[in-house]
Amino acid sequence: MKSERSVMTRTAPSAPLPEKDLDDAHLHALVDGQLPPAAADAARARLDADALGRVADWQRHRDGLRALHAALDPGEVPPALHQAAERLQGQHERQARQARWGRWGGIAAGWMLAFGLGWGLHGHGSGDAGAPPMAFVRQAAVAHAVFQPEQRHPVEVTAAQQDHLVQWLSKRLGRPLAVPLLSAQGFDLMGGRLLPGGDGARAQFMYQNAQGQRITLYVGMVDADAGADRGATPQRAAETAFQFHEEGAVSSFYWVDQGFGYALSGELPRAALLAVATAVHQQLVKH
Amino acid sequence: MDRAQVLDQLPGLRRYARMLTGDRWAADDLVQDTLERACRKWLLWRSGTDLRAWLFTLMHNLYLNQRRGMAALQVLDLHDAAAELPAAVPTGHDTVLDLERCLQRLPADQRAVLLLVTVEDMAYAEVARVLQVPVGTVMSRLSRARARMRDWMEEASSARPAPPPSPQAGTPPALRRLK
Repeated sequence: MKSERSVMTRTAPSAPLPEKDLDDAHLHALVDGQLPPAAADAARARLDADALGRVADWQRHRDGLRALHAALDPGEVPPALHQAAERLQGQHERQARQARWGRWGGIAAGWMLAFGLGWGLHGHGSGDAGAPPMAFVRQAAVAHAVFQPEQRHPVEVTAAQQDHLVQWLSKRLGRPLAVPLLSAQGFDLMGGRLLPGGDGARAQFMYQNAQGQRITLYVGMVDADAGADRGATPQRAAETAFQFHEEGAVSSFYWVDQGFGYALSGELPRAALLAVATAVHQQLVKH
Repeated sequence: MDRAQVLDQLPGLRRYARMLTGDRWAADDLVQDTLERACRKWLLWRSGTDLRAWLFTLMHNLYLNQRRGMAALQVLDLHDAAAELPAAVPTGHDTVLDLERCLQRLPADQRAVLLLVTVEDMAYAEVARVLQVPVGTVMSRLSRARARMRDWMEEASSARPAPPPSPQAGTPPALRRLK
C-alpha cells in the first residue's frame, strides 16, 4: 500500500489517471463507483495482482456492509424520538414560512451576509425585519444562537480584561456601557464581543452558570429612523416595557431605554429568564 | 416544504446510527440527541440546503465528540449481535459477524468515513462536507479503514475453526466485474 502521505496530498481522483501505477485513491474510487466509466475501465485494465486482491476484498466488504445495513430492522420508533422529529419538523416549517414571506429568508444566510455587508437594514428598507425593537430582538436571538454553542471562542474579549472590554465596547457603541453583575442569579460574566447590527454596532455580553447554561445580553442603539417611513416620529425609539420574544429555542426579554435597546436571551424557562432580566434592568437604571 | 421531510429521514438515520454505534439503544440515543440539537440549532440551518447532510453533520459531531478520548476498541457482545442479525444476509453468517465486529474495532472517525462511503454511497467530496474535513483526510481515513478491515478479516477467516472452503464460491462479483 502506498504511503498515507501520497494519498493525503491528493484530492478527489479525477478522470485523467497518472501514467504510472494506479494510486490508492483511484482504487478506492473504482470500488466505490466514483470514477467516470472510461476511467474505471482504464483502471481495471491496469490492475496488477496485488491491486486486484485489494480491490476484490474491499468490494466484498463494501457489499457485505451494504447488505448488513439494508437488512437491519431498527424496530418501532420510540415515542421520544418521534416527538423530537415532530418538533424539528415544526421548526423547519416555521422557517420555511418565514422564508416565503421574504422577511428573513434564511436567518443564518442573513447573518453571514451581515458580516460581509455590514447588515444594512437602511439599505433594505425597514420591511426587512419589522419595527426597530422587533428587528433588534431578532438580531439578538440570532447572535445568541450563533455564539452560545461556541466552545473555543465564545467571546472576543474575556471577563479577565473587563476594564478593557467595557472601554472598548463603550467606544464602539458611542456611549458609556455598564456590565451588569449577575452572580447573585448564578451567572458569571465570560466576556463580550462586538457585532454589526441594524443601526450600527452591537455589543454582546455572555454569561454562564455552574451548569454551563449560557445567556447573552445584547446592547445597542435602536434607531427610530428605521420606522420613520411608517409614520413614526423621527426621534429615538420610545421606551418600552419588558417584552417577551421566542425565536426557535431561544427566548428573549427586551426593552428600550433612552434610545438603547437591551435583549437578554437564553434557553431558560420564561420565569427564570425574567428574573435575570429584572436584575439587569435594575442595575442599568442605577447606573 | 414537504410535511414529512424530517420524519422521512428517521429510518435512514436510525439504521445508519446503528451501524455507526454498533448498538441499537446507543443508536436511538444518538438520533434523539441529533434531532434535539437540530431543534436548538435550526437557526443555523440554511433553508434550502440538504437537510439530510446537515443532520449527518450534527450526528457525527455529537458522536465523534462523545467518542473522543474513549478507547478505540469497543467490545461488541457477539451474543447480542448474533440475535439481532437477520438470517437472510447474502454472505455467510460468520462473515457478517466478523465484518460487523471489525467495523466496530475501527477508530470512530475511520468507521464514519467507511460507512458514509459504503452504506450511504456518498461522494468523497460530500463526505468531506458532512464531516467538515478536507477530502485528503477523507481519503486517508478510508485507506486506513480498509487496510485494517482487510487485515482483520483475513485473521478472522484463518482463525475460524473449519472454515468453509470458499465462503463466496460461485459468486465473486468483485472479481468478475474487474475482467
